[in-house]
Amino acid sequence: MSSIKETLFDPVFKNNPIALQILGICSALAVTTKMEAVIVMSLAVIFVMGFSSLIVSLIRNYVPSSIRIIVQMTVIASMVILADQILKAFVYDISKGISVYVGLIITNCIVMGRAEGYAMKNGPFMSVLDGIGNGFGYSLVLIFVGVLREVFGSGKFFGYSVLPLTSEGGWYQGNGLMLLAPSAFFLIGVFIWILRTFKPDQVEKD
Amino acid sequence: MNINSWKGTVAVAAILCGVCSVVVSLSAISLRPMQEENKILDVKKNLLLSAGLLKNAKASKEEILKIFENIETKLVDLKTGQFVTDIKPESYDSRAAAKDPKRNIQIPSNLDLGKNKMRAKYGKVYFVKKDGKVTSLVLPVHGKGLWSTLYGFLALDKDTRTVKGFGFYEHAETPGLGGEVDNPNWKAQWIGKIVSDKNFKPFVQVKKNVDPKSEEGKRTVDGISGSTITGRGVQNLLNYWLGNHGYGPFLAQFRKGGA
Repeated sequence: MSSIKETLFDPVFKNNPIALQILGICSALAVTTKMEAVIVMSLAVIFVMGFSSLIVSLIRNYVPSSIRIIVQMTVIASMVILADQILKAFVYDISKGISVYVGLIITNCIVMGRAEGYAMKNGPFMSVLDGIGNGFGYSLVLIFVGVLREVFGSGKFFGYSVLPLTSEGGWYQGNGLMLLAPSAFFLIGVFIWILRTFKPDQVEKD
Repeated sequence: MNINSWKGTVAVAAILCGVCSVVVSLSAISLRPMQEENKILDVKKNLLLSAGLLKNAKASKEEILKIFENIETKLVDLKTGQFVTDIKPESYDSRAAAKDPKRNIQIPSNLDLGKNKMRAKYGKVYFVKKDGKVTSLVLPVHGKGLWSTLYGFLALDKDTRTVKGFGFYEHAETPGLGGEVDNPNWKAQWIGKIVSDKNFKPFVQVKKNVDPKSEEGKRTVDGISGSTITGRGVQNLLNYWLGNHGYGPFLAQFRKGGA
């Protein structure tokens, strides 16, 4: 039985779902042009992961093995819809932009992977920590990518101008590539590079 | 009961589905009023921002509603220019109506400058008032750019020829090129432009290298480099909505004082 601290923080650097497991790339590309969206998306993923891990873990002894994947899927889907409804009611402006991707959390492999890989075998308390920990790991990469994309792409940070754009009378020529999805690939690549420089054990053997 | 048996599996599946559907529907129903309110507020905010009546994009709900107290919404039959009184303007959704065969009109292709193919029979008009008198009109406009349909609002002075504000709230043009239609400097150019000639025929244009002081310059907005097609789209959609197949008949009525 691993400790609470390890369960919660291992997924952040040691076993990061995006950087090491290369899961959940799709939404990491899509929602990272603005920090506001990044934060809301991160919170939504942490919420969904925490609760779906909790519920899956609570019912793990009552789930027939032949339909366990469908059961997990149903739980996750319900949580995602719940999160989406809450976002639409409370932060409509942001939800308008990312609603599609919130729906796609259902198909985010991280959630499914943790439900099947961890919550089905462990108690509710540890499962919640594992879910939240993986949510943090995902959020960390999103924030890393989001900060760089927003600052260098549109010269802003949380919507406030930090590098005044030439088009608005400043000096900074916005980097258009940063606003397009492919830039997130480069940035995630750089993130993985940096991470593996400090943690060489993550480098795959040939 | 053994949960791995045939019966157990069905029972677990049924219970799970029941519980999940209750959770989902409860959340959907209990949060709906707030979501609807948000949607309506969002349209209002977009209108105020596009029409230049509101500068701060993060304005609070109270601020928006306060400005909106001075705005009256009416529904107009675009063909005749007369008001429609049997439908509440607030509940009318022009985008849904444009897709409904019973409520839309096919735009003849020679007139279809905005490349919309269909439009709703009725259109909304917002009257901005000050001390009970109409100071400007806000018209919703839309049409095709390069990749996407651009949705915006045009605010006109009460002479129906002078632009008081113009902007889009929804489009998917290329960021940095066509997307520059959102650029505040470009939008500011529109203010004061004359959109139609002495006979009220729309003649606004988006074009490069026209002296802003010349006669032609009064009706010309400088094109954005790298977005020729989006610019042309903007020019065409405005000319469509201001023309005889768009809000033209209504604007004529309004000038006569019938509105």
